[in-house]
Amino acid sequence: MTTSIKKLPDIEQVLSGNGACGGCPATMALRIVGKALGSNAIMLLTPSCSVASMGMTPKLGYNWPGINICFATAGSSASGITHAVEILKEKGRLQGELPTVFSWVGDGGTYDIGFQALSAAAERNDNMIHFCYNNEAYSNTGVQRSGATPRGTFTTTTPTGKRQPKKNMALLMLEHNIPYVATATVAYPGDLYDKVVKAKNIPGMKYIEILAPCYLGWQFDMPETVQLSRMAVKSGAWLLWEAENGKISFNNPSSLIISGKKGADPVDEYVMKQGRFNRLLKGPDAESRIAEIQGDIDREIAFMRERAKITI
Amino acid sequence: MKSVTKAYRPISWPMKGAGGDTGSWRAHRPVVDIEICTKCQFCWVYCPEAVIDRKEITIDYRYCKGCGVCATECPTGAISMEKEE
Repeated sequence: MTTSIKKLPDIEQVLSGNGACGGCPATMALRIVGKALGSNAIMLLTPSCSVASMGMTPKLGYNWPGINICFATAGSSASGITHAVEILKEKGRLQGELPTVFSWVGDGGTYDIGFQALSAAAERNDNMIHFCYNNEAYSNTGVQRSGATPRGTFTTTTPTGKRQPKKNMALLMLEHNIPYVATATVAYPGDLYDKVVKAKNIPGMKYIEILAPCYLGWQFDMPETVQLSRMAVKSGAWLLWEAENGKISFNNPSSLIISGKKGADPVDEYVMKQGRFNRLLKGPDAESRIAEIQGDIDREIAFMRERAKITI
Repeated sequence: MKSVTKAYRPISWPMKGAGGDTGSWRAHRPVVDIEICTKCQFCWVYCPEAVIDRKEITIDYRYCKGCGVCATECPTGAISMEKEE
């Protein structure tokens, strides 16, 4: 059972009046993460929208000690800090419960630029949580293509639509043999809350990826952020799953799609709602290119269904 | 060279309004009809700005950016978006 909304704690770690856009899914997700982690945590931020939304000195929009680090170093910096915290505890200079070290990084800092350091940190199995809020492009710098951008998407560097599919980063992290990997999205806050609470209590490297539909990058109307996130899950374009010690289990409603109890919605409605697929829909080969997107999704569902059966 | 005094230290502290009074960005204002409201707290959980009070369902208009997520997600339609004067 997921935690119901009424049982979420009162604590607010994202403060009102920060510099994020209205309807920003990153701050929406970070609020829920804050409720799960509490105030005893250290936050690391690589260059991303979340750094820009911190606000102006001398004020800070997040209620954690935050460190701004280089783009490529989310994994290595968090490793350093988690080791430093452990040594301070050993020397007796830090009393009480150890703070949770977590990095809050966009998809660019996880999929592309930050991958090397993150992969190394996962291999060392350092005690930290890596959050990737995935808006499927470099939205902070004006929407450029990233490794998380799905096929057919218009960005400023793919003016005719991206020709390659996105990579399955959460599965890549699972193959590092880390104790906990999960995917979540903003439309299911109880599910996200449970996953963060679970990750907090597991020692070792944890990876949680959150789909964050960015209305500027995806080009839909501002109030529809949560709806788009829900549509992504219902069409199967985003699967909700978690893996403890390598065993994958799916969460509702993705578990219904995987088990075949309920078919995934056709991707058409999800694609038409977003302006980033507009150029693709207007082209002469629109139907075949939508079929390509549907093919990617079907392949991913079939692959994850079979992958979940491997429990060794 | 100017010496670095306390005021010039590059350290920020958690405070509301780090991006200024963000309520001035708003084009539409969410208004709650408290008689229809069932206090399901959907608006509170989905608000990216944390401006909605959980118990009373009141909105802090000083910082509300008027994104309209609360009005779209409200299952009873108790929140409506009204144009700012």
